[in-house]
Amino acid sequence: MTAPLLETRALCRSFGALTAARDIDFTLEAGARHALIGPNGAGKTTFVNLLTGVIPPSSGAILMKGRDITRMDQARRVKLGIARTFQINRLFRRLSVLENVYIAVAERVGAAPSMLRPAGARRDVVDEAMHVLETLKLTTDAGRRISELPYGRQRLVELAIALGLKPEILLLDEPAAGVPSAESHIILDAIDGLPRDIGILIIDHDMDLVFRFAQRITVLVSGAVFATGTPPEIGADPNVRAVYLGRAGHG
Amino acid sequence: MTPPAVDWIDHPAAVALAGRHRVRAWEVIPWLLALGFYFAFPKYLGFGTELLITILFALSLDLVLGYAGIVTLGQAAFFGAGAYTVGMLAKRGIWNEPITGLILAAAVAAAIGLGSGLVLLRTGGLTLLMLTLCTMALLEEAANLAHDYTGGFDGLDSLPIAPLLGRFEFNPLYPTTQYLYVLAVLFVCFVFVRTLVYSPFGQSLTGIRENTLRMHAVGAPVRWRLVLAYALSAAIAGVAGGIWAQANAYVNLGTLGLDRAATVLIILVLGGYGRLYGAFVGAVAYMALAHFLSKIYPTAWQLGLGLLLVVIALFARNGILGLTEAAARWRRAPRAIS
Repeated sequence: MTAPLLETRALCRSFGALTAARDIDFTLEAGARHALIGPNGAGKTTFVNLLTGVIPPSSGAILMKGRDITRMDQARRVKLGIARTFQINRLFRRLSVLENVYIAVAERVGAAPSMLRPAGARRDVVDEAMHVLETLKLTTDAGRRISELPYGRQRLVELAIALGLKPEILLLDEPAAGVPSAESHIILDAIDGLPRDIGILIIDHDMDLVFRFAQRITVLVSGAVFATGTPPEIGADPNVRAVYLGRAGHG
Repeated sequence: MTPPAVDWIDHPAAVALAGRHRVRAWEVIPWLLALGFYFAFPKYLGFGTELLITILFALSLDLVLGYAGIVTLGQAAFFGAGAYTVGMLAKRGIWNEPITGLILAAAVAAAIGLGSGLVLLRTGGLTLLMLTLCTMALLEEAANLAHDYTGGFDGLDSLPIAPLLGRFEFNPLYPTTQYLYVLAVLFVCFVFVRTLVYSPFGQSLTGIRENTLRMHAVGAPVRWRLVLAYALSAAIAGVAGGIWAQANAYVNLGTLGLDRAATVLIILVLGGYGRLYGAFVGAVAYMALAHFLSKIYPTAWQLGLGLLLVVIALFARNGILGLTEAAARWRRAPRAIS
């Protein structure tokens, strides 16, 4: 039996008296479409920060393909193939869309430390960045500054930068957050069109998105895994409905 | 799975990225002006030399502040380190050849930049600002205390700098050699900085400036990049300081002081940071203003400068160059309503 793509074992993280992650056992399989849901303050973003190495866990372990990466820094995890997007856009606002993706591709292929050649001379990097933009139908905006783009298009650039890293694991933190509902289908279509071999964990509140997209759902409540299952199982679980879907039967 | 090699290269955005480092026609203008100054104002070459050194120093600051986004108030630490390196070596008769002297000045300044950068660049914002200030103050005090080596408060004067290339004397009264020498060194350093900012490394520095968190998330070794940029910038500031000591044949504590660090920051903000030529425009504007204002109003000329800075800070955040860029955009933009 091969080790799962990404696995956490009894992962804990406390901030003082607050436990933001409590004994999380979680598995992401290769090519998975997994969703992480939970009420506000459930610890979803903390979990993403633990997986990507932004913050270290208080205890527990994180494994990628059976390899312990618990203490590995963020940059090395990216090199191993873990990429993320942010709930709030984190873009290079005064640079062009192409330059935004160029930066990510240049990091991945090791072009970024080069000092004495012009950036544009790395045709391979430019070309690959353009291909990423093509897959997201962003080529028409390639030359525009981020600050000139509507928010929905900016969300796509957020995704493009992550794809420029050619990840094996992609963590999407509320990819459609802040996008007007009339445009959110563009984001959803883009996510649907992502390569099937990438294991994707999507963190979201939007139930339509989660149920459309996910094969498995993990529900996080107060930092702990409350339930895991297929979308129909989660949708039918009365406990989940009580704590999360807001149909509390008592009170 | 790798995409075909030349597929998207004709896309306008790709063409723009591939060609953005090309030399524009107008870029020869500052160099022609600098050469023209040599012939037109032989009596003002001392002023001209000072101006060119200031441009070089401001350029070093632009690399860290304008491109990498490191807010520093201690850039004069490296200027002083370069100046004292040249000064002490010459005064003690150890080394007085100008060009290799500059290389030594750059090396010493870079080493200090590397050492202090490794510690300082763990921090950011106001903490970083204060720490850069502290580093400079420590160096200044060390130079003050090590009287036997540095001349303390009096500094070192009458430095016996050898003739340039063994032929051209540095004459303090007719600084023709100094002017052309500084111009050549400025040009070499400018070409280096220009190459750097348009390289993938430079692109990653602007990435750090624009969004540090995202740079971490794309796997960039952010702190190493910053430390490297800081050390390179220190080396250039060291060259500026070293050449200042050579051109003036003396060093004093003023090379290390807050006054110099603050002035160069003002110059860069005035000209426009993150623009390469902001250093040129800012230095010319500042020194010309200082020259004329101090003639008109010798006791309080800095008041005029202060007022100008307030106006720049309020209405022209990107400095003088930012204003010209905005004007060019406004002229080119199609009018929405006519």
